Amino acid sequence: MTGTGQPQAGRISATPAAREAIKRLCAARGGPVMFVQSAGCCAGSVPMCFPAGEFITGVHDLLLGKIEGCPVYIDSALNAAWNSPDLVLDVADGEPEGFSLGPGRGQRFITRAACKESRQHGSPGSFQ
Amino acid sequence: MKYTPPGQTGSIVSVQPRYENFIGGKWLPPVAGRYRVNLSPATAKPICEVAESTPEDVELALDAAHAAKDEWAEKSSAQRAAVLNKIADAIDEHREMLSVTESWENGKPVRETLAADIPLAADHFRYFAAAIRSEESEISEIDKDLIAYHFKEPLGVVGQIIPFNFPLLMAAWKLAPALAAGNCSVLKPASPTPWSILKLMEVVQDILPPGVVNVVTGPGAEIGKALAANPRIAKVAFTGETVTGRLIMQYAAENIIPVTLELGGKSPNIFFADVMADQDEFVDKAVEGLVLYAFNKGEVCTCPSRALIQESIYDRFIALALDRIGQIKQGNPLDTETMMGPQNSAQQLAKITSYVEIGTNEGAEVLIGGHRADIGGEFADGYFFEPTVLKGHNKMRVFQEEIFGPVLAVTTFTDEADALSIANDTLYGLGAGVWTRDGSRAYRMGRAIKAGRVWTNCYHQYPAGAAFGGYKISGVGRETHKMMLEHYSQTKNLLVSYGTKPLGLF
Repeated sequence: MTGTGQPQAGRISATPAAREAIKRLCAARGGPVMFVQSAGCCAGSVPMCFPAGEFITGVHDLLLGKIEGCPVYIDSALNAAWNSPDLVLDVADGEPEGFSLGPGRGQRFITRAACKESRQHGSPGSFQ
Repeated sequence: MKYTPPGQTGSIVSVQPRYENFIGGKWLPPVAGRYRVNLSPATAKPICEVAESTPEDVELALDAAHAAKDEWAEKSSAQRAAVLNKIADAIDEHREMLSVTESWENGKPVRETLAADIPLAADHFRYFAAAIRSEESEISEIDKDLIAYHFKEPLGVVGQIIPFNFPLLMAAWKLAPALAAGNCSVLKPASPTPWSILKLMEVVQDILPPGVVNVVTGPGAEIGKALAANPRIAKVAFTGETVTGRLIMQYAAENIIPVTLELGGKSPNIFFADVMADQDEFVDKAVEGLVLYAFNKGEVCTCPSRALIQESIYDRFIALALDRIGQIKQGNPLDTETMMGPQNSAQQLAKITSYVEIGTNEGAEVLIGGHRADIGGEFADGYFFEPTVLKGHNKMRVFQEEIFGPVLAVTTFTDEADALSIANDTLYGLGAGVWTRDGSRAYRMGRAIKAGRVWTNCYHQYPAGAAFGGYKISGVGRETHKMMLEHYSQTKNLLVSYGTKPLGLF
């Protein structure tokens, strides 16, 4: 889906806690979910989680990858503005924002920036 | 002075243990019977419980709104204006109570709610009361006997989704034009700030005809879609972030209804060297203009979060600004001396902390702040963050992404062309600030910056009568101006022939 001249998308990985949360959410819902990285304003900078297919992706949405079979997208202009970040899907305490689903247990999904060095080492950094 | 926190003896704000939805002029318990605890960000302690609604409650609210819409639409503009003016009077009458309520639930300092949020909310109702009285239908004389009448008719029932950063003022921005134009509303407050809007409903419930305004509280995932995708709304208005904005547009496309969206921003605030050409009151005003990034603890879509300072004055100007930032008083939002209260939620605090780390990892220099603020005492668990300044360059993520906190990204520019290039190098186009003593330059910059509002030698003023809205991905539509009536109306054309001659075709 990368258009001509668009920078490559970064990579998405996930913490074990996020993987477990996604599996739990999908099991509870009886179907897969999708993630779309948000930006801007009140509930920005978080991965919005929707039932799979709820958010219609377009030609400008980059697929960062799949976690537990669930796709994670970022808008290509946002990806460029953020310098193609490697992102780590994780969970934290607190209710989800916007129209986003949460994994329950008072948790929400978050994305952390992965340390660029970790690209070589293959494990996500975890600064937040 | 210090106001007593709501819920404590002596407070001017009464708090019920539990709040229901406001539907059809009545307080209705949520169908599923679920509630959730609503916290104050100043203490991270509960204020009250609010309804955790489900789609069934949205349907009840829509039933009530549809039952009310014909009678409301048929009222004369004078009658509707009278109701709006009474709402404004009631807000004024309860200014302190609403200010304390808003401050305690959102975290914004009461000096701001007393001076800005609440008086501006009242003024918006008055402005749209006046605007609807002065609306005139248009008539075109197509030819001598063929006349086109253009009437503005209400859309019907509209869905309105309110953000957490200015719960009452954003509700006023959306409700006033919708009601003035003859619509009924189902309004969903932001999940972290449902209570102040319910307190406003207490104040205006005897003024509004039942069903004209309905408030349903609850999580976005549960009731946001139930409202925004509902075929029984004729328009949806939303303030928030871009992904939800896109989703709302997508739902609107399914129902073929209009939307207005006010989304994010990363507003440049540009200081030309001539600001320092004299040592006068204007320098003081410009310094305050930079420090306004801390207004509402930076939780403002138009936060002037990128300061662009001309190289030749950078050292002197940033020194003045940092000195002023260092004097910001943080703490109890209900103390009128407090300038910055807590961030709205633990989520916000975590995000802001994360962005400062992202900035420093990218090589940005922390000029001041950078940490969670330790207020201590009863506010030890509150979500306070220090006013922060990061020095870097415009390609850094902290210059590109809206942090929605008291974090200023500052950089320098060489000349006017450089300033313009940096200013426009952003996905967003909501606000901008230009500071200069040169009127021609101010005009050139103002016209060339791709943003819906360019404050010139001022910032963060939101008077009714000045259109507000975004360029680029910052949104669709213009609020706080009578043109918003267009967004809440549809045009009925009567094409009337006064002639008697047949066309002669059949």
